[in-house]
Amino acid sequence: MKMGQFFRSMPGIGLAAALLIALPFVAALGGQAWVRILDFAILYVFLALGLNIVVGLAGLLDLGYIAFYAVGAYTWALLASPHFGLHWPIWAILPLGAGLACFAGVLLGSPTLKLRGDYLAIVTLGFGEIVRIFLNNLNAPINVTNGPQGITLIDPVSFGAFKFSGATQILGVSLSGPQKYYFLLVALAILVIIINVRLQNSRVGRAWQAIREDEIAAKAIGINTRNLKLLAFAMGASFGGVAGGIFSAMQGFVSPESFSLIESIMILAMVVLGGMGHIPGVILGAVLLTVLPEVLRYGVGPLQMAVFGKMLVDPESLRMLIFGLALVLVMRFKPAGLWPSPERQRELQETGK
Amino acid sequence: MSANLSPLLLEAKAVAKHFGGVKALQDVSLSIRRGEIYGLIGPNGAGKTTFFNCMTGLYVPDGGGFVFDGTPLVADAPDKAAGRGIARTFQNIRLFGNMTALENVMVGRHVRTGAGVLGAMFRNAATRAEEAAIRQRAIDLLHYVRIEERADDLARNLSYGDQRRLEIARALATDPKLLCLDEPAAGMNATETEQLRDLIEGIRRDGTTILLIEHDVKLVMGLCDRVAVLDYGALVIEDVPAVVQKDQRVIEAYLGA
Repeated sequence: MKMGQFFRSMPGIGLAAALLIALPFVAALGGQAWVRILDFAILYVFLALGLNIVVGLAGLLDLGYIAFYAVGAYTWALLASPHFGLHWPIWAILPLGAGLACFAGVLLGSPTLKLRGDYLAIVTLGFGEIVRIFLNNLNAPINVTNGPQGITLIDPVSFGAFKFSGATQILGVSLSGPQKYYFLLVALAILVIIINVRLQNSRVGRAWQAIREDEIAAKAIGINTRNLKLLAFAMGASFGGVAGGIFSAMQGFVSPESFSLIESIMILAMVVLGGMGHIPGVILGAVLLTVLPEVLRYGVGPLQMAVFGKMLVDPESLRMLIFGLALVLVMRFKPAGLWPSPERQRELQETGK
Repeated sequence: MSANLSPLLLEAKAVAKHFGGVKALQDVSLSIRRGEIYGLIGPNGAGKTTFFNCMTGLYVPDGGGFVFDGTPLVADAPDKAAGRGIARTFQNIRLFGNMTALENVMVGRHVRTGAGVLGAMFRNAATRAEEAAIRQRAIDLLHYVRIEERADDLARNLSYGDQRRLEIARALATDPKLLCLDEPAAGMNATETEQLRDLIEGIRRDGTTILLIEHDVKLVMGLCDRVAVLDYGALVIEDVPAVVQKDQRVIEAYLGA
């Protein structure tokens, strides 16, 4: 892949860094809403890469991934909001959220060790729903989650006196809240990318891929499939937990509604659409699937006005229609994803002849 | 026969396995000596692969057990069997299709290496050294089975013969004391079978004991030091090829008229 090589060279890294730094300022020209969309794109990159460990590397089809995100989000919300009157610092909550999500991952993983494919997907889907329904109903007899109303006034991310909400002046540049979160999220995303790359090319990563390819053969060469599958669930879930915490702090508000099945499906779609198991592909998938619906949201209405002079179709439904069509087209013409790994790409070209 | 004097490596003691009413194995006892090539033959459905699966922990035997290298083998633990030094190939090749040939062999080193998640994340010196050793060993093994030029190809794109070789390389990567080959010559032509024969003899020369399940009688009789014959799940005879070939029961059961 020429592009991949370029971004590993010094000028390539410099250019990528410059683009990443300039991006939130360019987006701000269109309003802070676009910076927030950017924030979510990076947050989803983080989530999708976490799920990539479970689905892309270990081959465990997980349709309940959003549950771990929810665990992380509610951990932050409960420990840093007026709801319980607690205001714990980030260095305590974020690891705790990751730890609890990790525990939830093992909890989900252990009864499903013998399941694969469709069967595993159904159980994990159920698990995701259970967590959401729990959050919805845990307001009685003791009010833990405040039920469907959710939790408000959640503390933003802060390091000492430096808060990520509201505008600040840094080195003469005015940074808005979403812009500050952007840089925090980019830093976290780079970290998770490095972890993903390193895991993929490691003893553990290879064992995961072996389990994905053929579990019996993996066992026969001495891989403890039980422990490694649990490890994949735990690792993926921890990333989900961290992402959830940041989400909670960024929004200042969480409710069970944010953790519905469609969210799990969207994250899975990012992994599959981008190129399962191929990190640049997954990043591309996550960015496209977050930004494209928003572009359509803002673009479809004015476009209709310009072409037909009136609104023919409700922009909201047309947006989902185009989005769905795009998904179908990609799966039809690029079945390995938009940016599959070089090996798989070569494979498809060979069989295509 | 020098192999006859060497100590036992594997002892099967009255191993029994049934699936419902079918007695796939009935009290099969046999012993494999260190450094020999041991053949296991029998008609289709005689229980050869079932015996393999019991030994490598994929099936739990209903009776009897195995003693390997002086201590009993724990049933139902395929990953532990590999750790003890039993490696196998499969009758229908089971490779990791979407991984490269090199990666397939590198996975084989899993059981002899120890880097964990933290090692992978921080890439400390020990992990880097281990990783380099894994890669070097895998490259050496690909050379050993002579498919080094296919190292970067996906396993699924290799030719049938090369896939068989890759599976053997992957099994060898676990540093086995006993290498079990389940019909390695199936579907091979005469030239490929000849090359396979050389490979198996080479592996034995380099110190690995081999258990060979095979349909190709000529290959088995020419290659093996001792041969056991299974029929309807029971052991018919266990002896040197010359004796087995002349045995009336074997001729009736397997070799035909």
